[in-house]
Amino acid sequence: MNEEKEVEEQSKPLVLEKLEEHYADALLAQDETRGTVVIVVRKEQVYAVLEYLKTDSELAYTFLVDVTAVDNSQMESELMQFDYARFMVVYQLYSFQGQCRVRVRVPVHENDLNIPSVTALWKGANWLERETYDMFGINFEGHPDLSRILMPDDFEGHPLRKDYPLRGRGERERFNFDKQNA
Amino acid sequence: MQGGLERATGERMVLNFGPQHPATHGTLRIVLELDGESVLKATPHAGYLHTGFEKLGEHLDYNQYIVVTDRMNYLSPLSNNFGYVLAVEQLLDIEVPKRCQYIRILMAELSRVADHLLWLGTAALDLGAFSVFLYSFREREKLYSIFEKTTGARLTTSYTRIGGVLRDLYVGCEEDVRQFVSNFPKALKETHTLLTRNRIWMDRTKGVGSISGEDAISYGLTGPCLRAAGVAHDLRKAEPYSSYDEVTFDVPVGTNGDAYDRYLVRMEEMIQSCGIITQVLDNMPDGPVNLEDNKITMPNKSDAYGHIEGLIHHFKVVMDGHGVETPTGEHYCATESPNGELGFYIVSDGSGTAYRIRIRPPSFFHFQALPHMLEGGMVSDTVAVLGSLNVIAGELDR
Repeated sequence: MNEEKEVEEQSKPLVLEKLEEHYADALLAQDETRGTVVIVVRKEQVYAVLEYLKTDSELAYTFLVDVTAVDNSQMESELMQFDYARFMVVYQLYSFQGQCRVRVRVPVHENDLNIPSVTALWKGANWLERETYDMFGINFEGHPDLSRILMPDDFEGHPLRKDYPLRGRGERERFNFDKQNA
Repeated sequence: MQGGLERATGERMVLNFGPQHPATHGTLRIVLELDGESVLKATPHAGYLHTGFEKLGEHLDYNQYIVVTDRMNYLSPLSNNFGYVLAVEQLLDIEVPKRCQYIRILMAELSRVADHLLWLGTAALDLGAFSVFLYSFREREKLYSIFEKTTGARLTTSYTRIGGVLRDLYVGCEEDVRQFVSNFPKALKETHTLLTRNRIWMDRTKGVGSISGEDAISYGLTGPCLRAAGVAHDLRKAEPYSSYDEVTFDVPVGTNGDAYDRYLVRMEEMIQSCGIITQVLDNMPDGPVNLEDNKITMPNKSDAYGHIEGLIHHFKVVMDGHGVETPTGEHYCATESPNGELGFYIVSDGSGTAYRIRIRPPSFFHFQALPHMLEGGMVSDTVAVLGSLNVIAGELDR
């Protein structure tokens, strides 16, 4: 009850207050849109922040809803705001306790696509990170098996990057139907 | 999970299950490493039905994308239509008329029953109970007639629009639905007598594919699979969207998280859905079904043909490069689809086409958790566990 009062008085969500207290240097931006708290976190501290959000007993964002990425190369406003980082890795968390969501966004530069894996925190992160790797080429460090999941193993490129054309790069035309182990 | 590992012989065999197997209900593949009849290791492979839905979302306008959502979970397309337009509407900060919200709930709950019925029939068929399949398809057929009369299609319904629905309910829809709802519990009871205390069914499903609540959360399970593991989480209660706060219903919860509990939870959910449907019909408000905003919804046909303003509005909504334009920003919206949390994460750059659409499909997580439920068990349980999860390849691979 105490915390609820505080939130009302200062009209700032508890999660932002606590993050500012413990991880102020990790936060690049913060916002609250349509009932969801959105924070932008430095890549170096993303694991620590996510672990804190999950394990803190008052916040308890124990449910990893989604991991994905956005290629911002055609989104000028985002590029400007976050030091021309091409990709934004997006984590969606849910707290059963508070019945609320938080979205954690992490800018990733094209020349350094590494980001720590959160498979140690959530088992469900395994395939989500594989899909993000498959579609965007983000390299999750510490992932047990970072292989392609939706595209074939011998596929080249990352289809959800903005520079990958909608109709492909001729894979369909060049497909070898006679290949023995296709 | 009762292990067959004591009978292990030390000889290993690799069994390729799928991608085309009668029990995979789609193109799923599991590589099973066996010792005798016990499963040492199971490796699920996804991607055989990958269709690039997320990439398509960056090239189709908001209304065009509705037809793509039909094809995600093709057993309950109405729920997908609903979840998607809700995400776009929340991004636009608009609320559709009350009657539209009620119609959407009505259709979503009917499709939940239809989805669970198909699941019931095929899961029982996989374990050899053929008559259950016939019983559940008989009921499902009645629902599909209602869908066909309402939307014009049985499978690819595309019923919702941004800011409304395709059209109002047809004349006589209420009677059809009421008749279905009044007969359905009796019909479902027949299935209960066939399966619930059936020795064979219980032996094949009890204690098979168990998962604890904690693991279920860690793996990201949602919907009936999460509730069967004892976690009472339902987005219709937790984050009531589109007038779900105006209906009362119970959230059934299991205890063991095994295939039998998932069966019981789904059975009870169908009954609860019937309760919601009755309440919706009783309180169905009158009024327009579409938002009256010509920048978002299509004008009446008579306006489009008879007035210049109507024609312009029609043109602006349907033409490439015009259409419904969302404000710059991002939004994640989740709905409780029959299988669990179906989420749409939309990033908008202010144009009529999404900059990025991410779909969070419940089946993706259920299929990922499969090794956890299979390893250490018997090979014959694979079909029972896979059946109980209701993995839909369309939404798994998108």
